[in-house]
Amino acid sequence: MKNEEILSQIPEIGEGQIKLLETLSNAVSVSGDEGEVRAIVMEALKELADDVRVDALGNVLVTKKAKVENPIRVMIAAHMDEVGFMLVDDEGEGLFKFEIVGGIDNRQLVGKPVLVGKDKLPGVIGAKPIHLTTADERKNPIPLENLRIDVGPGNSKKCKVGDRATFATRFETWGPSLVGKALDDRLGVATLIELLKHTPGNIELLAAFTVQEENGLRGARVAAYSMHPDVAFVLDSTPANDLPVWDEEENARYNVRLNHGPAIYRLDAATLSDPRLINLLTDTGDELGIPYQYRQPGKGGTDAGAIHKQRGGIPSVSISVPGRYAHTAVLIARREDWKNTLALVYATLCKISKDLFLADR
Amino acid sequence: MTDLKDTLKKLISLPGLSGYEAPAREVIAAAWQPLVDEISVSPMGSLHGFRRGTGPEPRPSILLAAHMDAIGLMITGFQDGLLRFTEIGGVDPRILPGLRVTVHGRRNLPAVVVQPPDYLLDPTQRGKSVAMEHLFIDTGLEEDEVNQLVSIGDLASFAQEPLELSGRTIVGHSLDNRISVAAITYCLQELQHMLHAWDVWAVATVQEEETMGGGFTSPFKIDPTVAVAIDVTFAKGPGANDWRTVGLCKGPTLAWGPNAHPYIHKKFLDVADQLEIPYQKEFAPRHTGTDAYAMQVTASGYPTMVIGIPLRYMHTPVEMIAMKDMERAGRLLAETIVRLEVDFMEKITWDEVKDEE
Repeated sequence: MKNEEILSQIPEIGEGQIKLLETLSNAVSVSGDEGEVRAIVMEALKELADDVRVDALGNVLVTKKAKVENPIRVMIAAHMDEVGFMLVDDEGEGLFKFEIVGGIDNRQLVGKPVLVGKDKLPGVIGAKPIHLTTADERKNPIPLENLRIDVGPGNSKKCKVGDRATFATRFETWGPSLVGKALDDRLGVATLIELLKHTPGNIELLAAFTVQEENGLRGARVAAYSMHPDVAFVLDSTPANDLPVWDEEENARYNVRLNHGPAIYRLDAATLSDPRLINLLTDTGDELGIPYQYRQPGKGGTDAGAIHKQRGGIPSVSISVPGRYAHTAVLIARREDWKNTLALVYATLCKISKDLFLADR
Repeated sequence: MTDLKDTLKKLISLPGLSGYEAPAREVIAAAWQPLVDEISVSPMGSLHGFRRGTGPEPRPSILLAAHMDAIGLMITGFQDGLLRFTEIGGVDPRILPGLRVTVHGRRNLPAVVVQPPDYLLDPTQRGKSVAMEHLFIDTGLEEDEVNQLVSIGDLASFAQEPLELSGRTIVGHSLDNRISVAAITYCLQELQHMLHAWDVWAVATVQEEETMGGGFTSPFKIDPTVAVAIDVTFAKGPGANDWRTVGLCKGPTLAWGPNAHPYIHKKFLDVADQLEIPYQKEFAPRHTGTDAYAMQVTASGYPTMVIGIPLRYMHTPVEMIAMKDMERAGRLLAETIVRLEVDFMEKITWDEVKDEE
């Protein structure tokens, strides 16, 4: 396909897409309990794909056939789950001890409203009044064992030990920004839904909406096995860490930067991305004038960590929408970065073929 | 009294930070207007509602004071499109990361307080609770727009919306002390169908969280016979269980200590006992941290008392109160006021007062 043709077919991020992202962001799907997002995904997929199934772990696995013979089979994964909490001890009078599911800094919990259980019962994580603390005490974070989820006295019957909870943040747009909880990785989920609506005909698209990413990449692991793709792309959101540095020196240690386009992974804690896929992405970006950036090599990981070592090995790469403050009550991403992420992945899919394997890695 | 709950929820959806109470005052004035004979605003910005008693002139008067100001943040600087800030009132920095706020710039901007990742922080802050001066406010806007819309000294208020939890509890910011404003309103509603000899001054004071400027000044003009502060007190909850705390939803508190005139204390206690209104004792061996501390020493001094409303998670965006405690406080105020005889003060002799229990 010619570049002009690709550019003219790149799907848009319009109000409908923002609305879907809002619905996804406000849904509660803590790792291991992804039902609500799964239902939204299934609804969005009606009449979109040839084959949709839910596997033993709860992954939604979708196959969309190519319009050509013997196509390259491309897996694209985005995780449905989010970090959150589980109630683990009922102390009566509406107070519950809780554990964290996934990685959340204790310091992000205090003073937050939360939603508890299937009925999304409102609750709060409070703190001891400042008046009863000492200056020394205030220098140290409040340990998890001293925090409680409080749903109000007399409400204990409406929620119970074992229920999941998460931050009660409602999605909003602030100027150029998308603001909400769990945009890691509802941005990926929404992008993948768009790619299923607008699939280039040259590939067989194997879309995996995965579970338990925040609990050790467990959904992607089995999804990659059963899908058995030729290559895999993982769509996620990565922390930008592009804030000023304390000593007012230039921040040369940002992870990625907002407004600089999709972040392409070379190396994270779990994966060395396949250079053939990296080059395909960057060549596409360069040719079509779609901005991109490299995620700084370092810690963290995506579903690619599980996917690339599945079976005999699956060439994989991750692309993230940059976001500030992942794994807190509020993530801030730029609409423009999301648009460019969708554009870059779509255009790259238009260009991908089995020729990729003419060169050895 | 569903209208009172609505008024309360409206009140705790407003800023009205110390020194800038006008948004709260307007809502309170609208709620009090039909319940008082006269209404005015003091030079400091406190709201004075006057309800005439039935006794012969010169009538004694009781001043009911609840502060309407709220804690919050103030912008101190800019860096790369983000905002630096300080506190108005006492804010534990540990409640700040992830806090939703509204920045009151040229227009109201939704925003969030953010904590940079540890590796970008001063080494002394890493893994610790991060001090306020190391945190930012992010509006999600680009740098040029932020610099255009926000000035140093602009306010940022907590943006937590009111929540209704079970047990008729309400959660939100600035329930300290707008729940006490609601209690005074409840009292005024009760007095609508009661006869009271004394004049009643309902006062919503300013600046309690910073200077007690309202508490020190309102009694001067009003010159009441007795002044009562209604303020929140510490409810038991996670991390708060010592002698300074009382039960949530177990009734308002009657303060005992230097800011409480023993005879006035006894009057409230007797009325509560007589009417079987649940109450709790609050022991305040030094100062109470309420407007009573200020009102007591205004001009030549006034007999004061403190009625407390139990509140969990004080000075966080998720303060929690029980509506029942507010209603009981309002009723206790009204029932005590109607039992204040014209010659009540003449009966006060220090010798007579016996320490209870």
